[in-house]
Amino acid sequence: MLEDLFKVVTARFNGDDNEKEKSADASSVPMFKCPRCSCSCGYEQLEENKWVCPECGYHSRISAKDRIAITCDSGSFIEYDKGMSSLNPIDFPDYEGKISAMQDKTGLCEAVVTGECTIHGERCLIGIMDSHFMMASMGSVVGEKVTRAFERAAEMNLPLILFTASGGARMQEGLVSLMQMAKTSGAAARLSEAGGLYITVLTDPTTGGVTASFASLGDIIIAEPKVLVGFAGRRVIEGTIKQRLPEDFQSAEFMLENGFVDLICDRKNMRRTLAHLIRLHRPSQKMEDMTDGR
Amino acid sequence: MADDMEKTLDITPFDRLQIVRHKNRPTIRDYLPLIFTDFYEFHGDRLFGDDGAILGGVGRFHGMPVTVIAEVKGRDIYENKNSNFAMPHPEGYRKALRLARQAEKFHRPVICFIDTPGAFCGVAAEKRGQGEAIAKNLAEFMTLKTPVISIVLGEGGSGGALALGVCDELAMLENASYSVISPRGFASILWKDATREEEACNIMRITAEDAVALGVAEAIIPEPDGGAHNDPETTAENISEFLAKSLNNKIAKNIDLLLNERYNKFRKIGEFTE
Repeated sequence: MLEDLFKVVTARFNGDDNEKEKSADASSVPMFKCPRCSCSCGYEQLEENKWVCPECGYHSRISAKDRIAITCDSGSFIEYDKGMSSLNPIDFPDYEGKISAMQDKTGLCEAVVTGECTIHGERCLIGIMDSHFMMASMGSVVGEKVTRAFERAAEMNLPLILFTASGGARMQEGLVSLMQMAKTSGAAARLSEAGGLYITVLTDPTTGGVTASFASLGDIIIAEPKVLVGFAGRRVIEGTIKQRLPEDFQSAEFMLENGFVDLICDRKNMRRTLAHLIRLHRPSQKMEDMTDGR
Repeated sequence: MADDMEKTLDITPFDRLQIVRHKNRPTIRDYLPLIFTDFYEFHGDRLFGDDGAILGGVGRFHGMPVTVIAEVKGRDIYENKNSNFAMPHPEGYRKALRLARQAEKFHRPVICFIDTPGAFCGVAAEKRGQGEAIAKNLAEFMTLKTPVISIVLGEGGSGGALALGVCDELAMLENASYSVISPRGFASILWKDATREEEACNIMRITAEDAVALGVAEAIIPEPDGGAHNDPETTAENISEFLAKSLNNKIAKNIDLLLNERYNKFRKIGEFTE
């Protein structure tokens, strides 16, 4: 099911690695080739454009490090639980080997980076899922770090912003990975009861068990344009209905139209939007004055 | 219990899955009249429609009013047409949540029966927010101010099962399974070969014993020799015995303590180093 999803995702939104490899054949200078419109541009230009294709506006998948660089005020990010790494709860053959290979390849310990930062001066907690690490599937570490982010947001009385991306549950952790859905959703519910603000930003791709848990529980749900958002894999559904699905099925726009996303926001406006929304959720002085005067 | 364990030691997880998929495996429709009295089925999510894959209503257990929410496997093609082979749509999960909220209001415990290959995968399910519906249940059941007991009757497949599985105590029938994805799906994703279902089944740790060892389930309800289909009445008695004990324990608890214990039951699941 998820395997099919990944194939489709890969076909629709080629990963950065493939882009680099393909363009390396054409010239000695690596160029970004957009998987949507096939235009080429230099990586420097792409970076200046926040990794959005200058021709068609495709919001390419970016690393947690790059996301921090374009979202947080410079130097403000403080990482939490940095060294947390998964064990092998169901003794899945060579899971440790797979994890350590991914760690070497990506420089990450796991598929989510969490911490605190300021955005246009607004202090908040932030979590960013990185699809380069095992398609940001959710196992023990993603579950624990996200849960701690919710708990800290409640304790510290700070807003929480989570940038989601995931292929779903981490198969290699079996039932333990499924339970992370309940654990994170429960923590989200507790933050909500405490009156905390939780904003989700759906990025490419947000699917499976992450869609069916904390990604869908934001007070405000923002999506980047044209990203893939859904529960079940596209091929699985096509297999059920025996026909091809439209190109925009399970896109951010599809989710907006069906009522599951509050707004779609371009990457270049994301920082400003997040800062404004945080300010709009501060206790209002006017409201308090009105209440006092009554 | 020790005798049961010895008796079944040579049964593989794959063998158990065959028992659970037996065509005469009792469903919630068989158990309802054996366990509850005065049962009234309530329909609809008040938002879109009524999903036959999830049954809900109110009845009595040992004289006490309770809310029952269950995934419904069909016993024949007609029943399966109505219950979509126990694969719920979003409106099924929303009906479940509506009835759970009703139970909270009227101070009744909630008893959930899990029996699904998984949430339905289709265009309509996506349009109506399958992910959101499951997520909402996980969050809301975690803070539901009344005791919740869940029992896995057969297959507990993925998020579609977990949506009725956020509870104070989870029991598994002896041959039941609980898994992150079907063994077929697991083999397909990890080895790109769905025919390796049996091999997947035997390494995924999906049995009742595994669920207890992983901290997911608290109890195993024994089945008669060869499986529940050989004696549904005895199986129902065993379920009732578990429910009586579990409910007595949970309804006596202070609700804040109960909610903290429910949260911590899930909070502590996960294995990592720092």
